[in-house]
Amino acid sequence: MTEIAIETRVTRVADRARALSAIAVADRLFHLTTRTAAIVVLIILGGVIVSLIHGSLPALRAFGLGFLTSQAWNPVTDNFGALPAIYGTVVTSLIAMLIAVPVGLGIATFLTELCPHPLRRPISVAIELLAGIPSIIYGIWGLFVLAPFVQAHVQPGLISLFKDIPVLSTLFAGPPYGIGVLTAGVILAVMVLPFIASISRDVFATVPPVLKEAATGIGCTTSEMMRHVVLPYTRVGVIGGVMLALGRALGETMAVTFVIGNAHKVSPSLLAPGTTISATIANEFTEAVGDVYTSALIGLGLILFIITFVVLAIARYMLMRIEQKSA
Amino acid sequence: MSLYAKRRRRNAMATSLAWAAALFGLSWLFLILGALLYEGLRGLSPAVFTQMTPPPGSRGGLMNAIGGSLSMTAIGVAIGAPLGMLAGTYMAEYGRKTKLATVVRFVNDILLSAPSIVIGLFVYTIIVAPMGHFSGIAGAVALSLIVIPVVLRTTEDMLLLVPGSLREAAAALGAPRAVIISRVSYRAAKAGIVTGVLLAVARVSGETAPLLFTALNNQFWSSDLNAPMASLPVVIFQFALSPYKDWQQLAWTGALLITAAVLTLSIIARALSAGRRKS
Repeated sequence: MTEIAIETRVTRVADRARALSAIAVADRLFHLTTRTAAIVVLIILGGVIVSLIHGSLPALRAFGLGFLTSQAWNPVTDNFGALPAIYGTVVTSLIAMLIAVPVGLGIATFLTELCPHPLRRPISVAIELLAGIPSIIYGIWGLFVLAPFVQAHVQPGLISLFKDIPVLSTLFAGPPYGIGVLTAGVILAVMVLPFIASISRDVFATVPPVLKEAATGIGCTTSEMMRHVVLPYTRVGVIGGVMLALGRALGETMAVTFVIGNAHKVSPSLLAPGTTISATIANEFTEAVGDVYTSALIGLGLILFIITFVVLAIARYMLMRIEQKSA
Repeated sequence: MSLYAKRRRRNAMATSLAWAAALFGLSWLFLILGALLYEGLRGLSPAVFTQMTPPPGSRGGLMNAIGGSLSMTAIGVAIGAPLGMLAGTYMAEYGRKTKLATVVRFVNDILLSAPSIVIGLFVYTIIVAPMGHFSGIAGAVALSLIVIPVVLRTTEDMLLLVPGSLREAAAALGAPRAVIISRVSYRAAKAGIVTGVLLAVARVSGETAPLLFTALNNQFWSSDLNAPMASLPVVIFQFALSPYKDWQQLAWTGALLITAAVLTLSIIARALSAGRRKS
């Protein structure tokens, strides 16, 4: 072998080593980039929590835990309390759940058991499209279409129907405004309906066909099979779906802001105007002057975040359990 | 026999209630779309696209709002989508069951359903307050924070669907990890990832709450990202709650435009993912 040949072979080996190490560097770099991106996502959530706590400190310092129980809301004297907003958030979400859970389960039952096959996909898509409509559309529709209808045709009926029944007469009292806690709850119900329907449909599908066949085999009707086999089997998943929808309802802003009426008080009547945490923030944040006012609104945001965080964590846990079951 | 009849009656009642529930759910979709078409089409004219949002009582359009919405959505997606894709790649290709991936997955799920108004508050405190003024870029950042979790989730899910044997085949040929991911995994999961981005665009283009106190609003055309910027949802919010008839009309027309855009996007996304499932 001549010296030149040996030399070229050496350089070739060196070239290859260099190329390989370049690839290795690029490889590490890519790994690092994706890892950094994952960490950035973590930091963002940490940042959300830290900034909310930091922003709400002045209000918490000024009002202490009394912030949670006070009904005051007076920008002039800088006296703020979160109770009416928390109350409105909870009550509107409860109304939404009362309507959306049975209807959503009904839709899921319809889609898995009753619907003629060719219609299944189009109907599920149509229901899911309901979830795609931006919340501001629900708001404008609720304000201009639903609220006047409710005011003219539903609320007067409710008021006169319940006026002699003790508890219900306070729940449905007062002049029919159209807008108010009840209307906001109805809008929220429509918005979360697709979540409940499609998640329930998915968890219903995890029921082993053998179980359903066994139920039909011993002569169960469809409704008996749903009640005694499918629902007990999927209970955890359905609750998970409901909690997920509840999380949505608690944090929903625009649709509620349009129809809730924005009154900072706790009224016993469901027909009265009220407010929610997100509606208060949306309405007042840009007009808030002074540190305490701004900080009180950020404090409301913190409360909302904590409530939805807890609800969503429960939802995730439940849905995780049913996933493990079906795997 | 009477027990049998009773059970049959109960079953008939339950199933007809389920039918009614489905009809009830569907009827809302048609009621809302019907109202949008009825009210929105009346105001639809070329002026909507060529004139600025007017002061009350005079004629105008939504040009600045449409422009603002388009540019903030574009920037938000340009920031959020790559970040979400990279993080999703880490979770599906490198992390899988590591602690970091598990924590990020949980955190991402929380971000995915966190109230969007809280995102707005966050961006206000980290960008608007220090800078001292509302701006288009703050709005875009807020939107990107909504894009990230959607894209991350779909990217991870779609990459996990790519069969491991494809990766093994590429690895056996001596391809390094980065090449396997970019040439094999990404290519196999392309339709799914695009679907995720489209869904994120659809979600973001209707968002109002995070823009209320980040981008605020602007009566005029603005291409300055450092200044307040108009957007369709915020204009709809303001105009719909105003007492002026022509402002309310513009709000309906804007609502029709947004809904048409959002529903078109999500139908395209659906068609894409359905096509992938079949093949």
